[in-house]
Amino acid sequence: MSKLKMPVRSPSVDMTPMVDLFFLLLTFFMLTTSFRPQEAVQVDTPSSISEKKTPEKNVITLLISKDNKVYFNIDNGADSTSHMRSALLKMIGDYYKVSFTPEELKKFETLSSFGVPMTKMKDWINAKDQKERDAMSLNGIPTDSTAVGSELQMWIHFARLTNPEAEAAIKGDFGSDFKIVKKVMDILQDKKINKFDLTTNMEKVEVKVKDIK
Amino acid sequence: MAEIIESGGGKKHGKKGRKGHGSTHVDMTPMVDLACLLLTFFMLTTAFSKPKVMEIVLPDKIKDKTIKAPEVDKDKVVNIIIDDDRVFWYNGMAAPDKVTNQLPTLIVTDFSKDGIRTVLLSRNKELFVKMDEFTQDILKGKLKLPKDSIDKRLKQFKKEDKAGPIVLIKAGENVKYGNLVDIIDEMAICNIARYAIVELSPQEKQMLATAKATLPPVTKKAEIK
Repeated sequence: MSKLKMPVRSPSVDMTPMVDLFFLLLTFFMLTTSFRPQEAVQVDTPSSISEKKTPEKNVITLLISKDNKVYFNIDNGADSTSHMRSALLKMIGDYYKVSFTPEELKKFETLSSFGVPMTKMKDWINAKDQKERDAMSLNGIPTDSTAVGSELQMWIHFARLTNPEAEAAIKGDFGSDFKIVKKVMDILQDKKINKFDLTTNMEKVEVKVKDIK
Repeated sequence: MAEIIESGGGKKHGKKGRKGHGSTHVDMTPMVDLACLLLTFFMLTTAFSKPKVMEIVLPDKIKDKTIKAPEVDKDKVVNIIIDDDRVFWYNGMAAPDKVTNQLPTLIVTDFSKDGIRTVLLSRNKELFVKMDEFTQDILKGKLKLPKDSIDKRLKQFKKEDKAGPIVLIKAGENVKYGNLVDIIDEMAICNIARYAIVELSPQEKQMLATAKATLPPVTKKAEIK
């Protein structure tokens, strides 16, 4: 049989369109991504029909875990030059007579939610990694009122002082006790924050007029 | 998969020491690999749906004990007590009946769509229909309004409403945060114009205990949920 001679061709394909597409998608995802901050505890929020978006900046987040511990978080303010977190830590450090080095203040800015008493704050900042930090923050921020007020109260107080525009949001687990949420709400109200957000998942609910009895 | 274009640029090299002048094609594989890797990474880490929030506004705390709470029309009041993953409700005030001298009995229902929602909707029908018609008009495009004036109109509807109930939400001993959000959410679903979160009164505690005594005890499953 005579051999059928095929023209020798390299098996490679023109990949340019694919690469173009890759870069397009890559750019898109890079620009739209906002990293989910790692939080001290996992919180399953209840669902509601609300469509209001979480504000991105100037939020004091109070996390309430399933086992009724309270965690605190605040962002750095409107832009990266405002350094709200370090300002807050410095202020509250002065109040509790704990001094932080500039490095510690800087590191605190990059961290997320926390649930440690002031006495352990230094260790928490200097911990090796997030795992170690999580192990430290099992008890949350102390909410027991003392004569001068609980630590949580002080955090909220100083957070409002450093960033007067900050709004409060409660991000509670649906399984946490109402009592502890009520306590947090009371603290907020004591600090004259009467309007705050409850973080929820969105769930659509349809009600038809004809169903109404 | 290595090269983009197969014309062998390399062959020209070395001939009579001529340098350069070869093909300008570069091996793009590593770059493509990296782009692909990053793309996968960003695709997996992206969180598209940002969490939503529901806003609640509480009244100012009144420290001054001499200021009395505002009187409300007791015919309009619907009291909702949440406890043990159940919803209890009654109309009016927690005062003994003039004739029988008995406290009102609590009606038991739940958080489902056939539960407390039907009660609230039937009480709030007038406002609900009004607001529903308005939103339907917007959805169908009959009315074209900017977003904030829609919100304003909806708020106006609630403000002008006279017939709707005043809902008082009270929490019992064993209430989860999820229950509270559920009930506040019901208010939003039913377009209730006026509601407040208040404390249980001693009479209501008594009523709650009576109502609970007639019910089977809470199963473990309900508690977990």
